[in-house]
Amino acid sequence: MTESIRDILRQQGRLAVDVAALSDDADLYQAGMTSHATVNVMLALEQAFDVEFPDRMLRRSVFESIASMRAALEELRGGVRLAG
Amino acid sequence: LAVEAPIVVGIDLVTIGSISESLAEFGDRFLERIFTEEEIRYCRSRERGAALESFAARFAAKEATIKALGIVDVGLDWRSIEVVRERNGACKLSLKGVAAEAARAARAGSLSLSLSHAGDYAIAVVVGRQELEERA
Repeated sequence: MTESIRDILRQQGRLAVDVAALSDDADLYQAGMTSHATVNVMLALEQAFDVEFPDRMLRRSVFESIASMRAALEELRGGVRLAG
Repeated sequence: LAVEAPIVVGIDLVTIGSISESLAEFGDRFLERIFTEEEIRYCRSRERGAALESFAARFAAKEATIKALGIVDVGLDWRSIEVVRERNGACKLSLKGVAAEAARAARAGSLSLSLSHAGDYAIAVVVGRQELEERA
């Protein structure tokens, strides 16, 4: 999952640094991610993982690092499994 | 004794080209996630270049509002912040749901909006004056 998130960041994040050089906990906003790039990352994650981020997750801290996005996606996919 | 009420301000700058790219990549899903039906209807009523400018300015307005209210880490549907166009062409903000609650919590009173675009850029500024005491 982490590699898929990194791929999406490469395509959509418009970061000022190489994604490979970022740790999972690195602050993506410090790395140059804009609010608009965050929307693109969110939409690409939804497409790739077949999930939909609910309103409560549409906030900065969910998208601020690779680790925080992974945690949110795991929660969403876990929810899908439980619901199924 | 006059007491100056604090000002809240938010600003956001967006490239129109990046909005165009989001539309090309995500299509209606991008529009419907960010903009209200009325915003989409108005922007689409314009010719393509002007439509992109309008979408970009509205995106900037939503982000500027989020900054002005200090709610970058509040889970928020972008459609709860709507840019409403008045008959004279002036634009104002209409807040609903979480955004409206945040404005009340920040005692931000009514927010004023200014939009502009030139070349590949669209910009929005949102300003409000905090009320010193909650209204009864």
